[in-house]
Amino acid sequence: MIAVIDYGMGNLRSVEKAFLKVGYDVRVTSRPEDVQKADGVVLPGVGAFRDCMKELSDLGMTDAVVKAIIEGKPYLGICLGLQVLFSESEEFGRCRGLDIFRGRVVRFELEDRALKIPQMGWNQVSLKRQCPLFRDIPDNSYFYFVHSFYVAPDDEAVVAGTTEYGVPFTSAVWKDNIYAVQFHPEKSQALGLRLLKNFGDIVAQVKK
Amino acid sequence: MLAKRIIPCLDVKDGRVVKGVNFQNLTDAGDPVENAKFYDDEGADELVFLDVTASHEKRKIILDVVGRTADDVFMPLTVGGGIKGLDDIRDLLNAGCDKVSINTTAVHDPFFIKKASERFGSQCIVVAVDAKRVRPDMTYEPEEPWFSDPFLREVRLVVPSNGGLVWAISTHGGRKMRFIDAVKWAKKMEDLGAGEILLTSMDRDGTRDGYDIDLTRAIAEAVTIPVVASGGVGTLEHLREGLVEGKADAALAASIFHYREYSITQAKEYLRERGVPVRL
Repeated sequence: MIAVIDYGMGNLRSVEKAFLKVGYDVRVTSRPEDVQKADGVVLPGVGAFRDCMKELSDLGMTDAVVKAIIEGKPYLGICLGLQVLFSESEEFGRCRGLDIFRGRVVRFELEDRALKIPQMGWNQVSLKRQCPLFRDIPDNSYFYFVHSFYVAPDDEAVVAGTTEYGVPFTSAVWKDNIYAVQFHPEKSQALGLRLLKNFGDIVAQVKK
Repeated sequence: MLAKRIIPCLDVKDGRVVKGVNFQNLTDAGDPVENAKFYDDEGADELVFLDVTASHEKRKIILDVVGRTADDVFMPLTVGGGIKGLDDIRDLLNAGCDKVSINTTAVHDPFFIKKASERFGSQCIVVAVDAKRVRPDMTYEPEEPWFSDPFLREVRLVVPSNGGLVWAISTHGGRKMRFIDAVKWAKKMEDLGAGEILLTSMDRDGTRDGYDIDLTRAIAEAVTIPVVASGGVGTLEHLREGLVEGKADAALAASIFHYREYSITQAKEYLRERGVPVRL
């Protein structure tokens, strides 16, 4: 079973339906027990970094997520679910993240006034290495982004994909069982569904 | 590179698509979900449902439409029309829509946009700016009560004596003019937390004469959030004008796509040939 963590901030219906569409049943849950029992964990995210960390902590979810990751369960972070993996964010003052990866979450500071914040729309992901999450997805494919902040990892080795928006930024990370993307696969039509299927396949394989 | 977005818009009344319904290829051409799937297959970048349902009792129908669309179509979905409170937004987001577009309620209470963006995040709060060129003979609704607030009063319209180009806000589908400057209003909405502006020229809407480019550029240059141009598209060249000369981030059109005069793919190929970055 794949657990999709619901921390009360946003609509998870699209994530749930998208997994269903590619043949994977997921459980949307706010209970740490479900994460403990799950074979894979998805943390989708909208809203603010600080609220997300607070809600996760109030639900007792922080430890459950970190434990699942340490145990080697496949983890998929989407948008904020990518950002909270890092040490700290500068959104609305400094805020600590899960600190799985060293690095910071920073705001776009764009010289070019023609580039709007948030970045909203379809942009390309340039793949830095062969990553199972992107299996059968061509390099430089378009995915749907909505965000004002991006991650700046200390360790370049975790970067799986980058995107150009005034500056090149990290749009996908991968290390061992940890996968995370800045864009929204559940809103990225066929290639987004392919990515979610790939994650489902990874979970199924690990389970075996 | 971020692609310019092409966004088809469907007018939905009482759960049915309002415009012509005599298409082949669709099992049920009046069904918004069938239309959404059609645009999804064509590679639309987003979809907008404009709910023009008049009666309050039938307003729940749109939630069912959104839900059924989101079950099958995995692209960003915006719903506009009839959003009066935070509960309406919550219900729409829970049904599977990604953004809501708000006009009249923002004009009645500008701080509603602040409340909505703080509660749900700026990324899902779109302010629909319906604007008309100011003419000397225009009549306006009484001045807004909130003009008494100095912070908000900055948006009050100043009609230029020398015939300079200024746009005022309208509500109720262009029927009521407000004594509000459209460019200053868009900026104020950004300040209060709007994540995007859906800009419609009420002078051009339905004319097929093309976007009001001066208006589009004035607003696109005034705000740092994305601007979706709307109102007046009759040709593919109009899309290009809005995105390039008008500096919009996205181009919305209804009729040319709805009546199948052009496909989304044709529109994108036209734009790409002219150097506009699109997703194909």
